[in-house]
Amino acid sequence: MPYLEIAPAPWVSSGLGTRRLMVTLIPVVATAAYYFGAAALLLIVATTTATMGTEWLLTRRSGKGSTRLGDGSAALSGILLGLCLPPSTPLWMALLGGAVAIILGKAVWGGLGFNLFNPALVGRAFLQAAFPLALTTWTAPQQGFWTLAPSVLAPPFMRAATDATTTATPLGLAKFAGTFVPPETLILGGIAGSLGETSALVLVLCGLWLGLRRVFDWRLPVATLLTAALFSGVLQLWGDVAPGPLFTLTSGGLLLGAVYMVTDPVTTPLTPRGMWIFGAGVGFLVVLIRTWGGLAEGVMYAILLMNAVTPLINRLTQPRTFGTGMGAK
Amino acid sequence: MGLRDMLWRAQTFRHGIHPAEHKDTATLPIERMPFVDEYVLPLSQHTGAPSRPLVVVGQKVRRGEMIAAPDGYISTALHAPVTGTVAAIEVRPHSRGVPSPAIVVRIDPFASQRLEIDADRPTAATTPKELIERVQRAGLVGMGGAAFPSHVKLEVPEGKKARFVILNGCECEPYLTCDHRLMLERADAVITGLRILMRQVGAERGYIGVERNKEDAAAALTAAAVDGGDIDVIRLEVKYPQGAEKMLIDAILHREVPSGKLPIDLEVVVNNVGTAAALADLAATGKPMIERVLTVAGNAVRRPANLLVPVGTLVQQVLDHCGGLRPETRQVILGGPMMGAAQKALDVPVLKGISGILAFTDPVAQIAEEPCIRCGRCLAACPVFLNPSRLALLARAQAADVLAAHHMMDCMECASCSYVCPSNIPLVHLMRLGKAAVRSRKASR
Repeated sequence: MPYLEIAPAPWVSSGLGTRRLMVTLIPVVATAAYYFGAAALLLIVATTTATMGTEWLLTRRSGKGSTRLGDGSAALSGILLGLCLPPSTPLWMALLGGAVAIILGKAVWGGLGFNLFNPALVGRAFLQAAFPLALTTWTAPQQGFWTLAPSVLAPPFMRAATDATTTATPLGLAKFAGTFVPPETLILGGIAGSLGETSALVLVLCGLWLGLRRVFDWRLPVATLLTAALFSGVLQLWGDVAPGPLFTLTSGGLLLGAVYMVTDPVTTPLTPRGMWIFGAGVGFLVVLIRTWGGLAEGVMYAILLMNAVTPLINRLTQPRTFGTGMGAK
Repeated sequence: MGLRDMLWRAQTFRHGIHPAEHKDTATLPIERMPFVDEYVLPLSQHTGAPSRPLVVVGQKVRRGEMIAAPDGYISTALHAPVTGTVAAIEVRPHSRGVPSPAIVVRIDPFASQRLEIDADRPTAATTPKELIERVQRAGLVGMGGAAFPSHVKLEVPEGKKARFVILNGCECEPYLTCDHRLMLERADAVITGLRILMRQVGAERGYIGVERNKEDAAAALTAAAVDGGDIDVIRLEVKYPQGAEKMLIDAILHREVPSGKLPIDLEVVVNNVGTAAALADLAATGKPMIERVLTVAGNAVRRPANLLVPVGTLVQQVLDHCGGLRPETRQVILGGPMMGAAQKALDVPVLKGISGILAFTDPVAQIAEEPCIRCGRCLAACPVFLNPSRLALLARAQAADVLAAHHMMDCMECASCSYVCPSNIPLVHLMRLGKAAVRSRKASR
């Protein structure tokens, strides 16, 4: 008779996993490389090396036998951090940001699944607070693949020579100069900005694929984008204080955030109603910060602020058990 | 899911999962398993008190003769599956894992094995009270898997009434096709059983819930219920766990059974289609529950089949009849792959409540458990709207009072949470531990 193995039920599983999320980052990274050249790849490799290296250092003695690199979450945080940096960011800052993302964004909370804030955005928030100038200096895209901004290779804590080809992002132009980049440029790409946010089209396609394959819950990005569109639309109609919904959705990091950061399961609510609240909160705060805040862009702070209230949202939106409350009759 | 299902959503309950169906045996007609030398009949093969033996070792028994009587109200009778001799009354292996007392019947190779028609079978003149007693003596239990004694459901408690009888023909577990074949081949018996049930509890309407991957069975039932304006065959979306009593009521009547209450509190009685067919057989010939239809499937089975198997046949013998197992077999499961039980050995008998024998060559998944990433998929899957991720944490902490406050006892262990979990957390196992913690806390009070 064969040797039979036993285990608790069930014996079938959906085979879901996070690996598929990583696959859809390939076109986003490729688009970044197309517009910003080798600098994009260097920066993403730097942040990813830093997050994975830090994760390895911090988990190899965790007593769990092996390090946690296999779950891919450190690599994901690294790629996402790289995608939300300006193309002229010095590499040493990228490495530092990656290390901070893992240490302050994840490890101090207890590792994967226990962190309150999105690690990639913690890394970016740290860099923006520590090096505000470097993180708000934007180089123009398409200057040739091998053209690196001198600042990229600057040695640590040295002021790099200012690059002559800096420009403003569409949001910066809109906020501080009152001029608007045409929507087709925003959609196809070729605007100044962080590495990952240049093409709205690529991000929408990746988001659609991920949503249809149920890699993430569609409620989160839909709530975010819908709220941002509605709120900016209302503001536009009511005295033209904000640019319209199309500009709001396609400019800056809103799509990148909505597809890859608002959908991070760990730092967002797990109840369906909570997901709607979270997404609506992010969409609202983004438009609020962009319209009345001191900064041109508000996606990072909007998501981090909503991350902070996620435990509260979870607590307030616990599901009604079948056969209790309103449903029982 | 086909285009038709996408455009026109069939009736269903909320939440749940869509596991791969694997209903490859759906086209195989029910065949009768030949008799074997010896049958092992555990006294405990239903929910409630074990049966009380009526025979002694060496005694001759007829096929269909009662060999153990019900011991209390929530208990039922056992019958000899073959004409032969009582060879032993001793402790034998049981699929639950704990060896338990059983009556062993050795076949008389020269007996005809014909089932005599019982003159005392229930008729239209039988009163409801008599039928309850008669069904208990016939040893009928729920055929869906839980094996709850059927006569208990035939009694409408004092002060309550039943307006609807629902038959469960969902067969939502992957691989299993025995109910499908039964509905298709014995549609008349299912309808007759439903009518007996409706008359018994005084119901005005009867429903049969059939998932839409069994259109032929639904059509057969609709045809069999020709003169029945009071019987509706309801086609339901293919979704697990639709066969769960509360989910089926939600799918058909759109009403939620209140937490901690029973279907009868909504004036509903739910039975499996197999139970209805068994009731029809009892009325036609007086045949007690001595055999059942089960599905033998899985990639380790050489010849998958839907078999009519006498209760007490060993699992090994059933598998041998199906061409034996491939040598690389790694797991054998009794029941469906969502809620069944893995077996460590094949010397256990087929019980009244076993709907399938599945054998697989794949090793039991050894994928390491990863931390919960709070994705909320378990919440979206849970058919009773619990929060399995939080309950799992509480179960690990054995926080019985908090578990009870979070409706731990509403969990029916359908395993949908484990199925969807991307971190491979054994959620349903933790739910069982949580329920055990709540139960022991209650007992200690």
